[in-house]
Amino acid sequence: MKPSEQLGKERLIWMWTQMVRIREFEERVKRTFVEHPGVIRGHTHLGDGAEASIVGSLATRNSHDPVMPSYRCHGYPIVLGTATRNMMAELYGRRDGICGGFGGSMHLADPDHDFPGATGIIGAGIAHAAGVALTAQVKKTGQVVYSFFGDGASKQGAFHESLNIAAVWKLPVVFILENNEYQAYTHVSLEDANDAAGDPLSKKAQAYSIPGVTVDGTDPLAVYDEVKKASERARAGQGPSLIESKFYRLSAHGNAITVPPVPTQFPKHEAVEVYGRKAEFESAKANDPIPKFRSKLIAAAVMTDADANGIEEKVRAEMEEAVRFGLASPQPAPEDALKYVYA
Amino acid sequence: MAKEMMYGEAIATAIIEEMQRDPNVIFYGQNMGMTERDPMLKMFGKDRIRITPISETAEMGMAIGAAMTGLRPIVELWMSEFMLVAFDQVINEAPRFRYMSGGRVKIPVVFKAGYGFAAGWAGQHSNCLYHLVMGTPGLKVALPSTPADAKGLMKAAIRDDNPVIFLQHFLLTLEKGEVPEGDEVIPFGVADVKRSGTDLTIVATGWMVQKSLAAAERLAKEGISAEVIDPRTLAPLDVGTIVESVKKTGRLVLVDQAPRHASAAITIAGEVAEHALQYLKSPVRLVTAADTSVPFSEPLENYVLPNEDKIIDAAKSVLAKRAAMA
Repeated sequence: MKPSEQLGKERLIWMWTQMVRIREFEERVKRTFVEHPGVIRGHTHLGDGAEASIVGSLATRNSHDPVMPSYRCHGYPIVLGTATRNMMAELYGRRDGICGGFGGSMHLADPDHDFPGATGIIGAGIAHAAGVALTAQVKKTGQVVYSFFGDGASKQGAFHESLNIAAVWKLPVVFILENNEYQAYTHVSLEDANDAAGDPLSKKAQAYSIPGVTVDGTDPLAVYDEVKKASERARAGQGPSLIESKFYRLSAHGNAITVPPVPTQFPKHEAVEVYGRKAEFESAKANDPIPKFRSKLIAAAVMTDADANGIEEKVRAEMEEAVRFGLASPQPAPEDALKYVYA
Repeated sequence: MAKEMMYGEAIATAIIEEMQRDPNVIFYGQNMGMTERDPMLKMFGKDRIRITPISETAEMGMAIGAAMTGLRPIVELWMSEFMLVAFDQVINEAPRFRYMSGGRVKIPVVFKAGYGFAAGWAGQHSNCLYHLVMGTPGLKVALPSTPADAKGLMKAAIRDDNPVIFLQHFLLTLEKGEVPEGDEVIPFGVADVKRSGTDLTIVATGWMVQKSLAAAERLAKEGISAEVIDPRTLAPLDVGTIVESVKKTGRLVLVDQAPRHASAAITIAGEVAEHALQYLKSPVRLVTAADTSVPFSEPLENYVLPNEDKIIDAAKSVLAKRAAMA
């Protein structure tokens, strides 16, 4: 029996609910650029399309297993229990933000919810994740670290150095390579040796003599099964695994890079805007993990259509409140900018 | 109680004492703890003393992740140039997390490296790179010049809740000196007056402290009284002690083994210009390396680096300019 077959009704509904929460949060972030121009500064990256992969992975956690992300980091703390209104306030640069407006979208941190901190530099966080696993190993906490990063990051030295040392030291970490096909604006076929050769990116695991598998990242239960296996292996002291979770990023890489006062919004997806692959994008949208899992749970009589509608309504209200709270939160006091340089 | 110790030994002693004191301190790097016979491995075991591959990004990046979650790693980088391979972790990761998280995380990590190896190591292994790190808010930079300072500053570095770049001068490794036994921690940001004087102030770090003290000794024979100050840490920088000395002497020579442009010496000159210009009786003089890479051949290397004679010339010139400024 697959581990996912042992998931109870309540847990399955929880998983779908978390997926809906991530999606609705990201939709409200995207809408903020249109409805409240200028409120979100800098560069923001959304995780729509990644929901099944994020939730399928995190559903395997033991409580207090740390999670380390890339800069595309909104989805994880939503699942871990960070208050979405404080997250939205952070994206808006406000005083009630989870980092007081000092970090913003790319640098979320919430150590109280096992989320030590995100870095905006691609690949760098993979080494940090290995370090969090080192703490778990030295202190014998029994934790497993979940390290998330994109297909682009897997070409960084940090990826290769960290996988090598994690394998040598048998660090308790699961490396989850989120292959969403586009590294910023560049298609994976243009920059990845495995992909160019027609191989899965999980083949990189072979270089470090660790397990490497590729999984359908639009199916949370398939993700769950593979990540579960890897986390159990890590917890048993057998070291890291690499999981390539394949899904499609449903929004553009980030909001358009504009120079103030030119307003910034999300452009069309690169597949359409840069490569003219409209059919590819439409088929990815048709394979949206959220309605797919919704139908599956209804068909399996885990929930009814009415249950699902009720959940969606509650989530909409939560994120409506997050936006309201974020907009109402005061700006930070300017002189606070001198705080936190040193501990 | 004090004990005579070499500079390198003093640093190792500090690490051992801190590892005995705090089980969260771990120490790793390339080519260390290689066999079961390694004394530190025997003392602290394989969890806390580790050998790494040649992977500076992973070595320092892991230390940051481990520091975020409760350990206090010391990373042995051996040569400060090796940090350059992974400079993102030094400049744009370690010092950023506390600030970006609005004070929610801390990164108590020590990046330990040798520097300034002016003994024929040529362009890529002899540098003084502290100017690259001292201007990054969130980092601290310590560079001891004596065995006692080396031990006390290493202890402070390990106990500090911030990322510290601990730079040990290669050419001081075998220098002997009295080192207090036990828990002498030297706070960061406190300069040490290595020699008191009244006619001029010399500020120097690392190996250049020794050169400056030797120069001061020679100047004393000519009746010139030089005060020699070692800031000991460049971030934070004890501007107050330097300014007070300048108020007293009215003359300042800044000695720095690094090339002149954007050097620590230039930074100190800027502080003195803002805080003590009116006390200066003659223009500040800088004795630095030339703005070149470090050459291999000995006469070439000697030519570009500061030395006792150059310090003495500068000291005499600031004294000679008494009339010019008045």
